Amino acid sequence: MSEHSYVPGTAAEKWLDDRLPVARFAKEHLMDFPTPKNLNYWWTFGAILVMCLAVQIVTGIILAMHYTPNVAMAFDSVEHIRRDVNGGRIIQATHAVGASMFFLALYVHIFRNLFFGSYKAPREILYIIGVIIFILTMATAFMGYVLPWGQMSFWGATVITNIFSAIPVVGESVLQLLRGGFAVGNPTLNRFFSLHYLLPFVIAALVALHIWALHVPGNNNPIGVDVKSTRDTVPFHPYYTMKDLFAMVLFMIPFAWFIFFAPDILGHPDNYIQANSQVTPAHIVPEWYLLPFYTILRAIDFNVLFINSQLGGVIAMALSMIALLVVPWLDTAKVRSGLFRPVFKWFYLLFLINFIGLTYLGAQPAEGIYVVLAKVCTAYYFIHFFVVLPVLSRIEKPLPLPTSISENVLGKAHA
Amino acid sequence: MIKTKTVLVTLALVFGLAAPAMAADTHSTPHIEKQQWSFAGIFGTYDRNQLQRGFQVYREVCASCHGARLIAFRNLSEEDGPGFSEEQVKALAAEYEVADPTVEGGTRAAVPADRWPSPFPTEQDARDANGGSLPPDFSVLAKARGIVDPFPNWIFNYFTGYSEGGVDYIRALLLGYHEEAPAGFDLPEGKYYNDYFPGHAIGMAPPLFDEQVVYEVAEGQAEVPLTAEQYATDVAAFMMWMAEPGLPGRKETGFRVLLFLFLFAGLLWATKRRIWAGIEH
Repeated sequence: MSEHSYVPGTAAEKWLDDRLPVARFAKEHLMDFPTPKNLNYWWTFGAILVMCLAVQIVTGIILAMHYTPNVAMAFDSVEHIRRDVNGGRIIQATHAVGASMFFLALYVHIFRNLFFGSYKAPREILYIIGVIIFILTMATAFMGYVLPWGQMSFWGATVITNIFSAIPVVGESVLQLLRGGFAVGNPTLNRFFSLHYLLPFVIAALVALHIWALHVPGNNNPIGVDVKSTRDTVPFHPYYTMKDLFAMVLFMIPFAWFIFFAPDILGHPDNYIQANSQVTPAHIVPEWYLLPFYTILRAIDFNVLFINSQLGGVIAMALSMIALLVVPWLDTAKVRSGLFRPVFKWFYLLFLINFIGLTYLGAQPAEGIYVVLAKVCTAYYFIHFFVVLPVLSRIEKPLPLPTSISENVLGKAHA
Repeated sequence: MIKTKTVLVTLALVFGLAAPAMAADTHSTPHIEKQQWSFAGIFGTYDRNQLQRGFQVYREVCASCHGARLIAFRNLSEEDGPGFSEEQVKALAAEYEVADPTVEGGTRAAVPADRWPSPFPTEQDARDANGGSLPPDFSVLAKARGIVDPFPNWIFNYFTGYSEGGVDYIRALLLGYHEEAPAGFDLPEGKYYNDYFPGHAIGMAPPLFDEQVVYEVAEGQAEVPLTAEQYATDVAAFMMWMAEPGLPGRKETGFRVLLFLFLFAGLLWATKRRIWAGIEH
């Protein structure tokens, strides 16, 4: 680091540096920041996510200029954006498709983290901020989906807000507070619009913390061995700025494909029917990215002692997110990377498939074989976190680790 | 080694999940044939003649019950649409009366800027005139319907960009009537049996018959068959245009955007390789 440190080039830069060292900050954190040289493309999703958030905020601000948060006008105002606003069809499609692409990148980012053990010491805070960002993003996306005021918007809002009524004692009050009344209606739409505009900025602030927390210990890397010397790293710029930029543009290809050629394929046709409190859709399905947790919510359809099934579902769903928050203390294995954990690797794969299964089941009607499968998948979700990870941490014998990143890199080059 | 196993495990799981779905899908809704639409695919664009025919069917048959509140007369002369001239649209609009509280009498002749007038003053009027059923508005109906592909097939839709489920469904529905309900089906009074309508009992009488609408054939154009099937196809295409009037422009821009992204990504890849060339990683 020392050979790269910032030296103000001119008197003006010196003047600024003594007062607000932004240029120094940028040089040290955006350019010189030492980054392990063996990061693979799974590590580019952090940058991709920053791009996704920026795209959502920019398109969202523009949409808010033309959108009307009123139950009588919301649906038509979205159509007005699509039909009459210059570039509106593209901006609206980018925002709608962008939500799905955001979650796609989020899930890749999370599963990369889970495989390479990036949540382990000393990155627990970094990781926990990430999980909070994930949960807030789900809340934001859910509220955003309500805004077009289609059938799925309305009934999704009804079903999801209803979850909170299961909370003992205060449930009913919380439910009314969320809805702004006894049923989903105009006050609900208004407060969701307000929060949908607010939360992305909270998320942006958390992203800043997330990156700050990243820049204290530095990046984890595919072999999970700490950086030992400057031979193990390269400066962030130009090496990773360029790699991230390339990955971002690559990511924009499927993104653009959906925007321009199938902007509605990720949504539900029912959301092109204006909300109607008198007609319930045959199947109420949340957006795909909420499905795994929706399955867990629905899987608890039985009472446990004094806990009824509704509250049980809510507890299970809350626990599924708490499980993510406490992973660093469930998996205490010293070795970070899954590459060097011969048994973990297989359980990780099973967990991944199980998670895709949970997603799939969330979109299926709660009947027949699906009910059983949902229970099995939900059970495995928890078993993975609360049984498999702690047990593996104790009994698994990891493969020998390379002594350093550069040794591993050289070994690979000569093999 | 891992890769082969991963694929096998995934496939096994995927088919394990899919099998019950397929088995459960044996109710009496026949499979909907996907049609060839001019507006499908990367280079999709509307067939102007088809839209004009579809508009004629809509106007002469459907519009007596179905509104299109988001469509303005002016849209009919806009780019990529049915391509009527501004004079034609002006004359067409003048044939309709719209409510306007600012003029004497409360109604006046429509102008191109007006929206398509609703056939019924209120929802209740619409229900009363249709045996309790509400004829849905056509503005975005083509996107409010869809067909559900069985398990592995829907995955390919993401890659082909299949977005014509709504029109495929509408066309099938318009042609999916039976004179009599199948034995054992309890058809309520005033309803009609339709293969594709959810629950099969639909409030709309069979709307289209052969030779019901007479298409004008311009000189040098091939004659279009005057069949219910042709009408259904044409009106479905017209409904797609109503739901997504900017579709051809969107796809055109999309093609350029994708082309740019591919080239740009290629250049970035080359630059990235060059920068990293001296680093063992």
